[in-house]
Amino acid sequence: MGTVSTTAAPAPAPSRVQVFLRRVRNGDEIAHVVTMIFGASILLVTAALVYELWIQSAQSRAKFGWSFFVTSTWDPINGIFGAWPYIYGTLVTTTVALVIAVPLGLGAAIFLSELAPPKVSSSLSFVIDLLAAVPSVIYGVLAVFLLEPVMRTTIQPFLKHTLGILPIFKELFKGPAYGFGYLTAGIVLSIMTVPFIISVSREVLMAVPQDQREASLGLGATRWETTFKIVVGYARTGILGSIFLSMARALGETMAVTMVIGNVAKVSSSLFAPGYSIAAVIANEFADATSELHLSSLVELGLVLFLLTFILNGLARVMIIATSRRGAGASQR
Amino acid sequence: MSLRTIWRKTVNVVMLSLTGLCALIAVSALFLILGCLAWKGATSLHWSFFTQLPAPVGEIGGGIANAIVGTGKLLLLAALIGIPVGLLGAVYLAEFASSTSAFFIRYATDLLNGVPSIVIGIFAYTVIVLPMHHFSALAGGFALGVMMVPIILRSCEEFLRNVPRSLREGSMALGASKWRTIARVVIPAASSGILTAILLSLARVAGETAPLIFTAFGNQFWPHGLNQPTAALPVVIYNYALSPYDDWHRQAWAAGLVLILLVVVTNVLTRLLLQREAAGRS
Repeated sequence: MGTVSTTAAPAPAPSRVQVFLRRVRNGDEIAHVVTMIFGASILLVTAALVYELWIQSAQSRAKFGWSFFVTSTWDPINGIFGAWPYIYGTLVTTTVALVIAVPLGLGAAIFLSELAPPKVSSSLSFVIDLLAAVPSVIYGVLAVFLLEPVMRTTIQPFLKHTLGILPIFKELFKGPAYGFGYLTAGIVLSIMTVPFIISVSREVLMAVPQDQREASLGLGATRWETTFKIVVGYARTGILGSIFLSMARALGETMAVTMVIGNVAKVSSSLFAPGYSIAAVIANEFADATSELHLSSLVELGLVLFLLTFILNGLARVMIIATSRRGAGASQR
Repeated sequence: MSLRTIWRKTVNVVMLSLTGLCALIAVSALFLILGCLAWKGATSLHWSFFTQLPAPVGEIGGGIANAIVGTGKLLLLAALIGIPVGLLGAVYLAEFASSTSAFFIRYATDLLNGVPSIVIGIFAYTVIVLPMHHFSALAGGFALGVMMVPIILRSCEEFLRNVPRSLREGSMALGASKWRTIARVVIPAASSGILTAILLSLARVAGETAPLIFTAFGNQFWPHGLNQPTAALPVVIYNYALSPYDDWHRQAWAAGLVLILLVVVTNVLTRLLLQREAAGRS
């Protein structure tokens, strides 16, 4: 019944409050806040993870200091904890794994990126991805029941009688062929890390601009010379990144190593000898740690693993991104 | 041909064949694994394996029904954490975040993704098992959920970003608000990608053992509720494989076969799904 005012007042520019209120009314601001809470919860969880590792290991850090890393007595009953045998075992198994996995993975990555036709390359890469998806406990089962007997009866005696005659290898392949030990754990780890080296290296190699290859082939280099000197040379930082990435995986790998390393807290120069690793001792002792100090020492080992993988992963990411960018930048020119 | 040319050509052929050999070894490793599991595991698989509780130590027979149910429970708990946090976090990164906050969240996600699973187990132990004073399915589910988040988040973000801009603009031009556009246009357009990300992350954490051994712990009986220690498939495989009993070894093989089939089938299915999607688009 009232009259509607029709004076066309120029619409005032909406104030910031009005814009905000409109956004709240149509739900945008709410959606923003809700998704932000979930996003921020990831920051929170990560921060809590670091905090817990730091706080829970305080007792052990205060009591043993740096000597925790270099002493070798691990005695839960008397409350003395030195982690050197575990750190040593982790380093040795990781080294063995990389010595096997790097050439194998790099070779396979070169084949997949340079030689195989795209269809073959993509389906083989899928198989490699599947290999990466196999749970580590399955590798452990296969290693315990199939690899260990073969190592004990065939491979280790063979190595001892062939390579074992040479000076350095004499020390490495000393002692009885025990089956469970550093070498077996290292071999299992190498199979588990190969997929990571292959898939990352393949990506990095494929990012190398095509004209690099053509220029090299045009100058009369063979396919192999082109691949090895030019393509691999171009991508070397990224390849190193893939190696760091798989190293981080190998350091933190638990189940398969726990099942075959032998679980003896001793430092031995022989690769045939049974040993122990950081992840393995956490897996074996955490559930029934006898004292708070024991638990605290195990958490400190967890903190060590966390820091090592944190550094390696960080370096790897920077290297891989740098190489891919370089490739992408060059091909746009 | 000079001697040097012959030498270079020989090196070329030898080295290139060696790279082929490397690829062959890596690929055959998978088939070796699958073959061994099928050969050793298939003989122990029969119906009772899926329906019965573990037999007492020393007795032949029994099954792993409780571990299968336990793994299902743990995966459900993990999904309750991993899917909302991963998916909504991805929506935030892809649609709302400023570049600074996106950087920090991405950084934390990558960091979390690289943390060894056993360290995630320690974390779940300190925040859930210690305050509650006992092992529980809850703690195990939490550990697996934390592992799922980065996997889901990074791939979902990628899929959301790949949704064409024109779809968003079309929806906004019709007057839909931003969140309506996201909920009704962007997420449905990326749905198959999101689904594969979720399935793959479930397959990945289903096989995790290390974060469960001191959180969910294990149980020989039917677990009641989420507050009790719970058996899980990978933990049962681990314990049985290291036991001294032949019958338990056989069951470890069989359980291993079940687990690997779960992983392989999920991976193959998701790949087919993504391929069909890609073919449909082009």
